[in-house]
Amino acid sequence: MNHEQATPTAAYQPVNGRLLEVEDLHVEFHTRDGVARAINGVSFTLDAGETLAILGESGSGKSVTAQAIMGILDMPPAKIPAGAIRYCGQDLLTMPEEQRRKTRGPEISMIFQDALSSLNPVFPVGWQIAEMFRMHRGMNKSDAKEQALRLMQRVQIPAAKERINSYPHQFSGGMRQRIMIAMAIALDPAVLIADEPTTALDVTVQAQIMNLLHDLQEERQMGLILITHDLGVVADVADRIAVMYAGRLVEKADILPIYAHPAHPYTKGLLDSIPRLDQKGQTLRAIAGLPPNLLRIPEGCAFNPRCYLAQDVCHRDLPSLREVAPGRWSACHFAEEVLDV
Amino acid sequence: MTDNVRTVVETTEKEPADKDVPRSLFSDAWRELKHRPMFWISLGMILFFVVMAAVPSLFTRGDPTEAILKLGSTPPSSSQWFGRDLQGYDIYTRTIYGARASILVGVFATLLTSAIGVVIGVIAAFYGGILDTIMMRITDIFFAIPFLLGGILFMSSFPNTKDSTYFAVVGKVVLVLSILGWPSIARLMRGSVLQVKPNDYVQAARALGASPWRVIRSHILPNAWAPVIVVSMINLGAFISAEASLSFLGIGLTYPAISWGVAISDALTYIRTAPWMLLFPSLFLSLAVLAFIMLGDVIRDAFDPKTR
Repeated sequence: MNHEQATPTAAYQPVNGRLLEVEDLHVEFHTRDGVARAINGVSFTLDAGETLAILGESGSGKSVTAQAIMGILDMPPAKIPAGAIRYCGQDLLTMPEEQRRKTRGPEISMIFQDALSSLNPVFPVGWQIAEMFRMHRGMNKSDAKEQALRLMQRVQIPAAKERINSYPHQFSGGMRQRIMIAMAIALDPAVLIADEPTTALDVTVQAQIMNLLHDLQEERQMGLILITHDLGVVADVADRIAVMYAGRLVEKADILPIYAHPAHPYTKGLLDSIPRLDQKGQTLRAIAGLPPNLLRIPEGCAFNPRCYLAQDVCHRDLPSLREVAPGRWSACHFAEEVLDV
Repeated sequence: MTDNVRTVVETTEKEPADKDVPRSLFSDAWRELKHRPMFWISLGMILFFVVMAAVPSLFTRGDPTEAILKLGSTPPSSSQWFGRDLQGYDIYTRTIYGARASILVGVFATLLTSAIGVVIGVIAAFYGGILDTIMMRITDIFFAIPFLLGGILFMSSFPNTKDSTYFAVVGKVVLVLSILGWPSIARLMRGSVLQVKPNDYVQAARALGASPWRVIRSHILPNAWAPVIVVSMINLGAFISAEASLSFLGIGLTYPAISWGVAISDALTYIRTAPWMLLFPSLFLSLAVLAFIMLGDVIRDAFDPKTR
């Protein structure tokens, strides 16, 4: 296969294989109704060749985290009052905008949830992929188009040559997501963020897209951040998992142990709410209640109104993310008890 | 029978969208347009007027500046189709040559208003915030000036002199129409860009490293300019009639420009004795304005999916 290895360009070299370091990130939105604290101190790291899944319900802040890393939050209303996002040791948040913009695409890249609306409806898909090469590499039209074709073949679009001049709406959902992936990996980014890449697709296509992402990630040794609300889709591809709730990480662990023994009641609730074939006829256990309003996050642990374990201490003290077992981090006062069950 | 099933409040993320998205907006509009007789009629009329403006000698061998005083006020006949006016000018020739001023004013006023309006509208909507507020307040100020009153004020403040050239005379009318006409385009463009801006593909373009200029050029403009094209087309007709109004009042186009508005103004005094002087320039003016407004209308219908 003719592809270049995804090594960051000379300006950016990973420190000990560490690509991305998010430290105590805060994001808030200043709205008419008050300040919505979407992210309240999130820290994680990403190494080359590693897949990190960020899991959470709608409104848990996972997409905002992605947008903050990409630097595509609209500010205002968004504001990043504290925190650092270091790419290869350099803080993206303090970088001049022009320099930061040049990291988008060749260094850090992103795939969106709904590939139909993420592709410009007025241009053929080949043109849109080729634009990446013309924009960042200054390639001429025919070279860029050839590269686009190569990428379309790489993401397994059948009859790519005939379809290079088709418009986005002429493709199926899965094919559109492949095109979006082609655009995102065009410049061999070291970090790829996939924001719910399979949510808008049907189940058979979901697996294909996940496998494609996984293959590309191994092939290029990218660091992949997979944002999802679906525990099922990440099981096979993720190395580590970070669970978000109300703008905080509530659990962080390697992928396998978390499925077997969650260390946070919220993760446990998420796992229990996956329909399973061996529980046919039984009531599906959903997590009662709704995620909190970000304008009024409950005192203490944000999950306390929905938690079956909630005690007085949960209404009073905010649990910090602590290592409850080797490699297992949980932000719950009763993490050990949850882990034992 | 008791049923233990709890009602579960499901919080699904966005449902898989199964939208039926049309082909590209322009190809769709074209598909619609080519079956509309109105489109071809108005386009034909516009082409007719444009050719008339560009090469008037195709239509007449006469000289529009040749006045034969002894033939003053000759009624229409086989040799002088539209008759002659009081000075003995051939009305047919004058009317043909009058198209040029109207088309020039219409086209250039439209281009200039669109250019100003699009730039202001895009910048205001794209950058938002305080820049948006300032630009839209300025737009409001210009929007508040009554069109005709503003035109009269401007033209009487900077009147044409005897030795003004043709292009200075026409240019001044274009300028005043543009100064007064851009706010509606700016507002329209701003609204249109605000609609396009939150789309995921604009976000995606930013996430893939597009510069603001590239985002505007490749992603916002191509998706936002359809309404402006439609309104500009209708405006073109309106500018032609506005030029005629100013010329009629004696402050728009003046000598050396030949204009339908001037001809109508001159003819008014002799409406009883030589009605043909009024009839033909008025007819051409109305047809030209009608053609552009009709074209704008069919294009608007073609771009608007709700009328299908």
